[in-house]
Amino acid sequence: MLQNFIDAYSPDNLRYLLGGLWITILVSVVSIIGSFIIGSILGVIRYVKIKYVSAVVGFVIDVIRNLPLLLILFFTYFGLPNLGVKPEIIPAAILAMTIFESTMLAEIVRSGIQAVDSGQMEGARANGLTYWQGLWHIVLPQALVKMIPAIVSQFISLVKDTSLATIILLPEMLFRSQIIYGQNTNYIIPMFVAIALMYFIVCYLLSLLSRYLEKRQA
Amino acid sequence: MIHIFQAYGGTLLYGLGQTLLCSLIALIFSLIIGTFFALLEESPSKGARRIARAYIELFRNIPLLVITMFFYVVFPLYVVKMNGFTAGTIGLTLYTSSFIAETVRAGIQSVDTGQMEGARANGLTFWQAMRYIVLPQAFRYVIPPLGNQFVNLVKNSSTLAFVGGFDLMYQGNVIASSSLETMAAYSAVGVLYLIITMPISYYMRYLEKRLA
Repeated sequence: MLQNFIDAYSPDNLRYLLGGLWITILVSVVSIIGSFIIGSILGVIRYVKIKYVSAVVGFVIDVIRNLPLLLILFFTYFGLPNLGVKPEIIPAAILAMTIFESTMLAEIVRSGIQAVDSGQMEGARANGLTYWQGLWHIVLPQALVKMIPAIVSQFISLVKDTSLATIILLPEMLFRSQIIYGQNTNYIIPMFVAIALMYFIVCYLLSLLSRYLEKRQA
Repeated sequence: MIHIFQAYGGTLLYGLGQTLLCSLIALIFSLIIGTFFALLEESPSKGARRIARAYIELFRNIPLLVITMFFYVVFPLYVVKMNGFTAGTIGLTLYTSSFIAETVRAGIQSVDTGQMEGARANGLTFWQAMRYIVLPQAFRYVIPPLGNQFVNLVKNSSTLAFVGGFDLMYQGNVIASSSLETMAAYSAVGVLYLIITMPISYYMRYLEKRLA
């Protein structure tokens, strides 16, 4: 058994797995940045209540939030070719993650704005700022600080969710571990231990960060 | 999309049934396990708190799919044979139980500490006070977040598709590849998921507003 572990963790295999971790991080980071931008816009639209627009945006957000991410992955990778667009694997994964996470972040942004004391906006307006100036310069910066722990938590689930993209053959850790243990079934347990450990370390450190940020605010 | 329902209605309904069945089983067991670990974490014993913390952190920080694949791939080889549905449901239960534990713990902490002190002062043991005084009050607070966990559970049950669990997502793939109308097939699956998840999340939002 021990020998299996030693053989399984050969430098080549480990390098191959770590390459998968890099893909996981790449997809997650690009997606979270995209989601933050789109999510902020959607969240603000939902918050400010523009006639009809906000209601429609709100409904679309609710629909996407209530679908499994896996289904959205299938839409972007297997569904889009049906409409004549054929995305590559990594862009398809990033697209799906971004669509899904934007709606999650939109809700975080909206509740972050709501958590800012309404006196801030009133004060800004009383000092002659327009509504949008007040929102942009006074309310949003304060909301952002309140949102950071929630965004970090969302990033953790994003990192975990990238494993779903094995199904569209994204070469991340889980996918690569399957390739390794597919060649030698003795490596199954060592591979599961290795990827569970890698995911655990990344996500646990992030959750400590989120908790630390939360405490600092309180 | 309508013709997908017409042509594959039975398959979709069967998938929907499997998804609901798996979600309900996982919900019941993860509620029990999650509440158990939440209680351990709030217990006076330091060792028990450590065990609970370790359990929660372990299953919270490993992707659901990795847990599910572990039961699907490793268990049949070394422990006991199980089909995809069982492996998926066990994975889902363990993963969700860690989130439910956190939710229930937050609920327990939101109950005023005076409740526990009063109960103890009246001669109840710690566990009696927890069972009869604190938990009933805590559960009222945690119903909306638990409902949201259930929505996540239903969505996450789509990982059964990876292990041949014959759930909605799995059937969606079967239909997509046999009808070659991927967009329509996945849209039909999406509608069925929304029929379960949307009403629950709207109702939970309503409850949250009423409690606040």
